Amino acid sequence: MDVNLIFRIAGIGILISVLNMVLKQAGKEEQAQMLTLAGVVVVLLMVIQLIARLFSDVRAVFQL
Amino acid sequence: MEIVRLAGIGLIAAVLALLLRAERPELAIQVSIAAGALLLLLTVGRLVEVLELLLSLVRRAGLDLFYLNTVLKIIGVGYLVGFAAQICRDAGERAVAEKLELAGKVAIMALALPILLAVVDAVTRILP
Repeated sequence: MDVNLIFRIAGIGILISVLNMVLKQAGKEEQAQMLTLAGVVVVLLMVIQLIARLFSDVRAVFQL
Repeated sequence: MEIVRLAGIGLIAAVLALLLRAERPELAIQVSIAAGALLLLLTVGRLVEVLELLLSLVRRAGLDLFYLNTVLKIIGVGYLVGFAAQICRDAGERAVAEKLELAGKVAIMALALPILLAVVDAVTRILP
């Protein structure tokens, strides 16, 4: 079920690397920078949901 | 089998992180964080069964539940702090990881103090 998340993150990473190369070739350095930032934020949003689930599960199990 | 799935997730995440490391190190870290969180999430489900068994043993022995709860809390702190500290170390932030582990040790010490007090109480009751 959740393995898809890992594939999605890796896919976003590969996509961003390719787009970054294209933008750099076209001489749009600042857009490439913004693209990197946007990719990190999108992936972070996905990862944070997973971590929040892990933390709430651990808190429930260990009664923290 | 569950363990085969876990091993597969670990291997896939390792390969994908390796693929991304050269080009996008920040996303490689995210892949390893996601894989770590996923593996721990799937492990917690199995851990619940073990803890249920432990709880029933404690009930049968008539022990105070407070002690088991304290031990559980300490294990939980170790679990979370270990997870976060290893991510920090993976990201190359060794100093942050050290501080986090120090914080975890202090938290565990604070949780363990009531048990230490109980031991001291028991000893003073035995001594005249």
